[in-house]
Amino acid sequence: MTTTTKTAGATTAPTGETVLDARGVTMRFGGLTAVRDVNLTVNSGEIVGLIGPNGAGKTTFFNCLTGLYVPTEGEVRYKGTVLPPTSYKVTDAGIARTFQNIRLFHNMTVLENVLVGRHTRMKQGLWSALLRLPAFKKAEAEASKRAMELLEFIGLQDKAQHLAKNLPYGEQRKLEIARALASDPGLILLDEPTAGMNPQETRAAEELIFAIRDMGIAVLVIEHDMRFIFNLCDRVAVLVQGQKLIEGDSQTVQSDERVIAAYLGEPVEAAPAAAAAPAPAPAPAPAEDEAKDAATEETPEASETPETEEADEAPDAAEDEAPADEAPDSEDETPEPAPASEDTPHDPASGKENDA
Amino acid sequence: MTTISENPKASTAPEPAAEATGLIGFVPEKAARALTLGGGVLTVASCFLAWTWTPRFPGDLTYYGSPAGLQMQVLVTGVLTALFALSSYGVKGTRWLTPAGGDSALKLAALANFAITWFTVGAISIQLGGPVNLEPGGAVVALASLLALLGALALPFERPKVLPVDPEDTSWDQFKHRAGNGWASFRAAFATTGTARRLPTMHSSVEILIIAGVLAIALGVFTYGVGTEYDELFLGFLITAGLGFAAVSKSGLVAQATQLTSKHQNLSIAGAFTAAALFPFTQTDDQYATLGVYILIFATVALGLNIVVGLAGLLDLGYVAFLGVGAYAAALVSGAPSSPFGVHFPFWAAILVGAGASLVFGVLIGAPTLRLRGDYLAIVTLGFGEIFRIAVMNTDGTSGPDITNGSNGISSIPNLNILGFDFGAAHSIAGFTIGRFANYFFLMLLIMAVVVLVFRRSGDSRIGRAWVAIREDETAALAMGINGFRVKLIAFALGAGLAGLAGTVQAHVTYTVTPEQYLFAGPIPPNSAFLLAAVVLGGMGTMSGPLVGASLLFLIPNKLQFMGEYQLFAFGVALILLMRFRPEGIIANRRNQLEFHEKDETPATLAKAGA
Repeated sequence: MTTTTKTAGATTAPTGETVLDARGVTMRFGGLTAVRDVNLTVNSGEIVGLIGPNGAGKTTFFNCLTGLYVPTEGEVRYKGTVLPPTSYKVTDAGIARTFQNIRLFHNMTVLENVLVGRHTRMKQGLWSALLRLPAFKKAEAEASKRAMELLEFIGLQDKAQHLAKNLPYGEQRKLEIARALASDPGLILLDEPTAGMNPQETRAAEELIFAIRDMGIAVLVIEHDMRFIFNLCDRVAVLVQGQKLIEGDSQTVQSDERVIAAYLGEPVEAAPAAAAAPAPAPAPAPAEDEAKDAATEETPEASETPETEEADEAPDAAEDEAPADEAPDSEDETPEPAPASEDTPHDPASGKENDA
Repeated sequence: MTTISENPKASTAPEPAAEATGLIGFVPEKAARALTLGGGVLTVASCFLAWTWTPRFPGDLTYYGSPAGLQMQVLVTGVLTALFALSSYGVKGTRWLTPAGGDSALKLAALANFAITWFTVGAISIQLGGPVNLEPGGAVVALASLLALLGALALPFERPKVLPVDPEDTSWDQFKHRAGNGWASFRAAFATTGTARRLPTMHSSVEILIIAGVLAIALGVFTYGVGTEYDELFLGFLITAGLGFAAVSKSGLVAQATQLTSKHQNLSIAGAFTAAALFPFTQTDDQYATLGVYILIFATVALGLNIVVGLAGLLDLGYVAFLGVGAYAAALVSGAPSSPFGVHFPFWAAILVGAGASLVFGVLIGAPTLRLRGDYLAIVTLGFGEIFRIAVMNTDGTSGPDITNGSNGISSIPNLNILGFDFGAAHSIAGFTIGRFANYFFLMLLIMAVVVLVFRRSGDSRIGRAWVAIREDETAALAMGINGFRVKLIAFALGAGLAGLAGTVQAHVTYTVTPEQYLFAGPIPPNSAFLLAAVVLGGMGTMSGPLVGASLLFLIPNKLQFMGEYQLFAFGVALILLMRFRPEGIIANRRNQLEFHEKDETPATLAKAGA
């Protein structure tokens, strides 16, 4: 288990309990297999990233985890119990989520949005609302108090009575997170939490996610911003063509040539200049840089490599990978006295299996 | 508008474009203001003159010194114009009238005054065969109101920035563009310049007195409207009330009143019910109490529908069927001779049966359909409404079992008798005679209070928030842990149950229940289309909206008999116009207002900046 800087008690191994355990999740829509045999675990106190090119099936996989879709094969366990197939029951069980496109309740106030998130943790039904017994008032007061705490946590306490849609974009994103947190989840799924944000806002979102992790909530995050994801995550899983390509710490993932190939295509075969004498693939070279930065270094021809190339490559790679999948999690347990550098949490130990 | 000529000026120096002039440019401001005040005062004065020589025009406007009929309405708008004019001069003691400042209230008041005056004068001229039938008083009032309007329109206002015309556009586009500019400055002429001042802090007893005053005025207006005796008077009432209300709301008084009522919300609602309960006492006979009780039934059902449509966002096109289920259930156990069940339940049991039967039907209809999204529910409820009517028609003993007597319905439903109080007989309370319909009016008021309570309390709770969340975004609501199906079913069944509740009383009020009372659309108000229209017109998701909408939708067809066959047509046109210009309904929900008029807040210059 890699530890990023902020948890002082990292050495005392706060992790261990497996919060989310997806096994062999496969999702087919008719003839199209959007997600194929994906395994993923998230442990408590962990931030796990899920990356992949557009259309890789990240959001579909997310929807399988949250009950919006029922996986065609495989199962998802939350703290040992198989998740029910409907999304409100999943939330009730303890998994909250945000959406890729902001889906706030636009014509409700900020406070009401958070109160809606509190729905599963309140039990007052219609009768109780009509009769307004003391228990009802107490529950409402408690819910408002908790909602205001959450708004303070994300820094929107002064805008509690604003309509959600009148908030600026970054604050809407934050509010969505607060709404998800209101259901007291054990795991929160963030679908591209920094899409459309500027660097400062991304930075703030990063802080927020660390703070959520420190509250003891496991985080699974989809993101396209590589710098963000490699700063943030203890482990990163790469999804390509619906299959998990690799999983490991950011160092491992960044330096994996299949990942680079998946994002950029295979430069060697495609580049016309290099066709005669196949040069060694440039992939390992920019290991220190983010994969994104590598894109600019490639020749334009290379980055426009047809999708078919990687389609051929990806399944093989994933099949090689599959047996190793179970392993890393258990070995992650060894506490790692990590240096307090926030930016690149290096953790060679946990990534070794994947380097093969 | 003068777009092109102003264009170069605007581009070089933006300041002169915002020059404050009136819609009528040539009258200086001081003269204009004096003209408005003079016109208003003259209008008031001429209301005490005779306007026509013959009493043939309804209301008899031939007397000197006693305004009658339409003259009363002209008097009201004239006084309003004069007062606003004085207030715009800053005369001490009248400044509280225009807390929002600006001249827009004055302009609208003058417009209202002009409209009602010229409507009256026109009606006299047409009805009696020419303007020659006007006495000098009629001519004077017409002139005075015209002068007041001209004066008001000449008052300066902040012109909006005019967008230049793109010379490369087609002439049609240029025309549209200029028309748009003209419309923008026309609207600006009537726009308020400021928001209402906050009320000074007052002792709460004073505030309560003000609320009581406002409610008394509302009761007075409503009573007057219900009591209008002839078409001209009611049309005039619509003009006066509509434009007058617009003027008062521009002045900021309405905003201040809303501030007060929302501060003392429970008290205001209690006060409103008290005011409504006073209505039968203002009437000398049962004629208008009849209207009152029908309006109440209609409004109560509309409010129930508002839970389903306004809060939970479920489009129910067959809602009147639930009213029918309740009414039939109550009629069957009422001891009516034509009921096949020879039972006579006490009222409390009948009301439980009626509401319970509707609830059961609500669950039966909702359970299979509410799992689906989109328009399925609308189709199924539309079908259910028709199925109910036809099924009731067919259970007449020949086409099916004999339960409902088919198209004859269940007649001679006995009057209610609660704790020895006979609803059929007239009672004398404190010197006032309270007739049969007034008795039912009080009962219906009680039922409406229940519905209001249910609406408010359920709306402001965990379940109410869940309804709104489902309406806003069902996927997100599910992801927040809301059991969408369950919550929607509760809304649907609750709405059905409340309609059934109203239905039990309706059966007794109307003596007879027949299938033809429960149509999808028809000229007589409690039908599904009118119910939905009342909710949408009044304002979805608000409490007072459906009540206002239902009152209007009941009164207008009832009062304007001359429209006859064109009634539904006129209704459709009115609905389209309202949806175009005030999509949030008459009583705007704070949320909807922001939702629909979001664009108005963005600077107009964005509209065609890049073109």
